[in-house]
Amino acid sequence: MRRFSLTSLLSEAMNAHQGWPRQWRKPDPKPAYDAVIIGGGSHGLGAAYYLAKQHGLTNIAVLEKGWIGGGNSGRNTTIIRSNYLYDESAALYEHAVKLWEGLSEELNYNVMFSQRGVLMLAHNVHDVQSFKRHVYANRLNGIDNEWLTPEEAKAFCPPLNISPDIRYPVMGAALQRRGGTARHDAVVWGYARGADAMGVDIIENCEVTAIHRGPDGAVTGVDTTRGSIKTKKIGVSASGHTSMVMGLAGVRMPLESFPLQALVSEPVKPCFPCVLMSNAVHAYISQSDKGELVIGAGTDQYVSYSQQGGLHITTHTLDAICELFPQFTRMKMMRSWGGIVDVTPDRSPIIGKTPVKGLYVNCGWGTGGFKASPGSANVFAHTIARDEPHPINAPFTLDRFRTGRLIDEAAAAAVAH
Amino acid sequence: MLLVTCPYCGARPEIEFHCGGEAHIARPETPSALSDADWAAYLFERSNPKGVHAERWRHLHGCGRWFNALRNTVSDTFLASYRMGEPRPDVSAPSDTSKAGAR
Ligand SMILES: Cc1cc2nc3c(=O)[nH]c(=O)nc-3n(C[C@H](O)[C@H](O)[C@H](O)COP(=O)(O)OP(=O)(O)OC[C@H]3O[C@@H](n4cnc5c(N)ncnc54)[C@H](O)[C@@H]3O)c2cc1C
Ligand SMILES: [Zn+2]
Repeated sequence: MRRFSLTSLLSEAMNAHQGWPRQWRKPDPKPAYDAVIIGGGSHGLGAAYYLAKQHGLTNIAVLEKGWIGGGNSGRNTTIIRSNYLYDESAALYEHAVKLWEGLSEELNYNVMFSQRGVLMLAHNVHDVQSFKRHVYANRLNGIDNEWLTPEEAKAFCPPLNISPDIRYPVMGAALQRRGGTARHDAVVWGYARGADAMGVDIIENCEVTAIHRGPDGAVTGVDTTRGSIKTKKIGVSASGHTSMVMGLAGVRMPLESFPLQALVSEPVKPCFPCVLMSNAVHAYISQSDKGELVIGAGTDQYVSYSQQGGLHITTHTLDAICELFPQFTRMKMMRSWGGIVDVTPDRSPIIGKTPVKGLYVNCGWGTGGFKASPGSANVFAHTIARDEPHPINAPFTLDRFRTGRLIDEAAAAAVAH
Repeated sequence: MLLVTCPYCGARPEIEFHCGGEAHIARPETPSALSDADWAAYLFERSNPKGVHAERWRHLHGCGRWFNALRNTVSDTFLASYRMGEPRPDVSAPSDTSKAGAR
């Protein structure tokens, strides 16, 4: 791996950038590994990176059925924040935000983490009460979150329409200043490059089609479209396809997969300074460094793997955007797409062991797992290496649906990215 | 938007309907007799297939009735709609609603 530095950049600038090597190898799968990760998104590649870096497991592979970052990691609207209500969630997402703050240096790769602030709008009395409760709960957990009046919200985000005669007037907002966005592809590529440099094999176009188990029930290996691989540890990080992958080992999951859509506008000059979310009217918006408005919409109501959602879902979001930001009414939308998100009954992820020995799962991130990538990958690697959860992911078991110890962020925030 | 066929009213746009999730999950007769694991399986585990899915729909802004439908979750094509209480149709046999519901 050639490190990025002022000198390497300068010398390549003189050399028309012809001297950069491949950022990661394209190895063929070996017959056996100490562990394999299924799914080459930010969570799977991150787990491989931390397994190699912090736990010394370098004879491992990431198996990706398409190309790395082609799943939700490359399709999301990149909102990052940690102002979740419950202690368990706050600890998990805050662990991630702390890692985000040092990630570009850690990976020697610019992930363009920009802490421009995430503003969440309240449009009714229930929103006001619930967001204030979040502000207080977050502060008790040492997480920054503050309450703004409509005027203060407008001062922070000048394009915002706080007129009292709009259909759902802004009654205030919660602001997490340390929240923001990052470049999704860069996170995937940065982890891939770092893991590869430590010896991890990243194998693309390699779909896992079977999971083998021995007489004691423990996993012994996988079949893939590129041959069989023996291994004693498998980490599943397959987002929307987790039910199918876990089904290969005979495990039924408390998951349903739905299409979630996003869209981007034509690029324009900088006009939108922060990330803004409105759960009540379904609007999620920020501006990328390229100048496009990045807009997140909602999920469809039915299970689907079609990677495209209904047009009425995006229209609904654009209605809300136009009402809140009249200046955008004549903006052209350039592209829209969908990703398949795996949703748990309590809207919290599952990171941990499974009833099958040697099989670990990291899933259920639904509409909001990009923000957690470094934290989730970090504790998932710990769980795989030690065969026991890190204290941060210990509450996020699959077993909580049996014991009833749910982490009900669904009730805390109806929708959230 | 999907075109959903209500067995009582015919094909209507999806926004008239509410999807009620996986069909044919019977509530256990005596929940108190169940183990926690079986109760969790009933409440939370779903088949979530990439392929044919049997699901409940309610014609919310129409006749108001519940019914079941079979849909391919890759193409979103509906294969059948049938009334509550009727058995899941064998989709290999062509049905008169098989063409309904293209996107
Ligand atoms: C439109 C949209 C907007 C979103 N906005 C936000 C946001 O603003 N903020 C936020 O925090 N989150 C957001 N999310 C959610 C976020 O994208 C996901 O939670 C996160 O990217 C999940 O990462 P992952 O690595 O687990 O999954 P993925 O990136 O989906 O990776 C899983 C990989 O597994 C592979 N795979 C599946 N089956 C197999 C198999 N059998 N064999 C081999 N490989 C397999 C897939 O090809 C895929 O590449 C959004 C999602 C979408 C779709
Ligand atoms: Zn009807």
